Amino acid sequence: MIEFIQSLPSPIAQGMIWGLMAIGVYITYKILDFADLTVDGSLGTGGAVLVVLTTQFNVNIYLALVAAFAAGCLAGFVTGILHTKFGIPAILSGILTQLALYSINLGIMSGRANTTISWRNYKLIVSSKTDELFFTILKLIVIVGAIIAVLYWFFGTEIGRSIRATGCNQNMSRANGINTDTTKIIGLVISNGIVAVSGGLLSQFSGSADVNMGRGAIVIGLAAVIIGEVVFGKLFNNFVLRLMSVVFGGIIYYIVIALVLKLGLNSNNLKLFSAAFVAVFLAIPYWKTKMAVKQPASKDKKTVSQKEVKGNAAN
Amino acid sequence: MLQIENVYKTFNPGTINEKKALRGINLTLNPGDFVTVIGGNGAGKSTLLNMITGVYSVDSGKIIIDGVDVTKMPDYKRAKYFGRVFQDPMMGTAADMQIEENLALALRRGKKPTLRPGITAKERIRFKELLSMLDLGLEDRLTSKVGLLSGGQRQAITLLMATLENPKLLMLDEHTAALDPQTAAKVLSITDKLVTSGNITTLMITHNMRDAIHYGNRLIMMNNGEIVFDVSGEEKKSLTVDGLIKKFSETSKGMLSDRTLLSD
Ligand SMILES: Nc1ncnc2c1ncn2[C@@H]1O[C@H](COP(=O)(O)OP(=O)(O)O)[C@@H](O)[C@H]1O
Ligand SMILES: [Mg+2]
Repeated sequence: MIEFIQSLPSPIAQGMIWGLMAIGVYITYKILDFADLTVDGSLGTGGAVLVVLTTQFNVNIYLALVAAFAAGCLAGFVTGILHTKFGIPAILSGILTQLALYSINLGIMSGRANTTISWRNYKLIVSSKTDELFFTILKLIVIVGAIIAVLYWFFGTEIGRSIRATGCNQNMSRANGINTDTTKIIGLVISNGIVAVSGGLLSQFSGSADVNMGRGAIVIGLAAVIIGEVVFGKLFNNFVLRLMSVVFGGIIYYIVIALVLKLGLNSNNLKLFSAAFVAVFLAIPYWKTKMAVKQPASKDKKTVSQKEVKGNAAN
Repeated sequence: MLQIENVYKTFNPGTINEKKALRGINLTLNPGDFVTVIGGNGAGKSTLLNMITGVYSVDSGKIIIDGVDVTKMPDYKRAKYFGRVFQDPMMGTAADMQIEENLALALRRGKKPTLRPGITAKERIRFKELLSMLDLGLEDRLTSKVGLLSGGQRQAITLLMATLENPKLLMLDEHTAALDPQTAAKVLSITDKLVTSGNITTLMITHNMRDAIHYGNRLIMMNNGEIVFDVSGEEKKSLTVDGLIKKFSETSKGMLSDRTLLSD
């Protein structure tokens, strides 16, 4: 047990990096109501851009992280165009970009599926080296905190509010003069930019960018969002706290993963475990409403139809 | 103010579901007109409003607002001319956003969104005053999520949003039909107050004949995609429900079996 607690900083750091990724998912899935699968590709794009720029072009690693952000933004832009200008359904638009990004990520890494970046040769922002884990976590707190602060400001501006309105009620948004194509594109751009930053951090933490590093990322992102909601939903009801709960969700997720691995789960089955976990938690609200409808249904229906009858009589 | 010239609209043309929803509509609204629109289910009333506001494109014909031909303008760009309230109370507001956020969005209708704050302290004060005029106790709930409100309250908020900046045209599509009678009456009287105080040119679809006669200075009746009756002034004031029903059965040539319209 003590051994497990001592090993916690690593899953905490990893969870924070994925929590950042989950903030990207939160923006599309929760705010924009757009299930965006681009992230499985843009995470790898962020990793590839950062590693290649740092190791092959000697770019400052912070600048490389900014470049990763920009690359992710571009990926989100493509998905946005596919959806709004080509009329392709949301999920399919994301899948198309994600597929294309597989080749592009390989291309960025000059055809290699994996490109390493080691703390032995480079001064990394975050690393899994044990005696640097503490600073890694501190730096992550600053980076994630800064991103949350910027998002808080942004979603309070006129543009940010229009994006929220678009996700909430497209009909109302257009009736109020909002170009919902533009707002969707902006949301996707920001989301994938953040996901790519997470990818850039993740590649440092894991020591390499891998063309498969984003596989299933959307599921982990959703898991973090859902855990955050389930655990902190009632408590945290302003925007900053919501975003923080997403990050906590990521941390909890990785602690749970570390625990089940410790308890003997074969790591080959991790993705199965994650998928099952997310499926069940996505189903819970649905099951809840179904049960709620089943029991007092007859009563509810009666009041509605009585109202209707009354309404007609008065007309 | 609004000119509709020879507008046609057919849904699903060339298929088994083909529906000629509008067949050559001509209508001119003068500034300050408050027009009530009646007609049976499927007469084309909602389609007409959706055509004017740009939700659907027209097949042929022209729509001119205040001298500007908007026929090809997308709906969100046209929105600056309109305030709109829909039949479904859920449709006009963003449920997950606060009352003040909804109002602030409406206040910016037709202006390009910027990175300035989405709402200002001055606006909050104004919203509070406007909400207290509704007399629904909403002035102390500026930061409540709209989703927590009743249908009638939401419809009242939507009305307020629609009339905030005195739009050139107010479009109401059976906006009280989903409310219980008392709330409907209240929302309707708020409507009348806002329309007359702002002298807003208004098109109000209603299925209630008495309301159609009582409110506004002009009444049009639609049937099968056409305007079949158009009265204003003294002639409208002297209308009776029975008279309207008679008129309707004349124009619809015995299609009165469609009682849904004349549910009075
Ligand atoms: N989006 C649509 N697609 C196909 N048919 C439609 C559509 N909207 C309306 N219609 C048809 O056009 C006709 C007019 O509808 P509508 O304007 O909604 O009538 P009203 O509002 O007068 O009841 C109806 O027959 C309706 O079925
Ligand atoms: Mg209708």
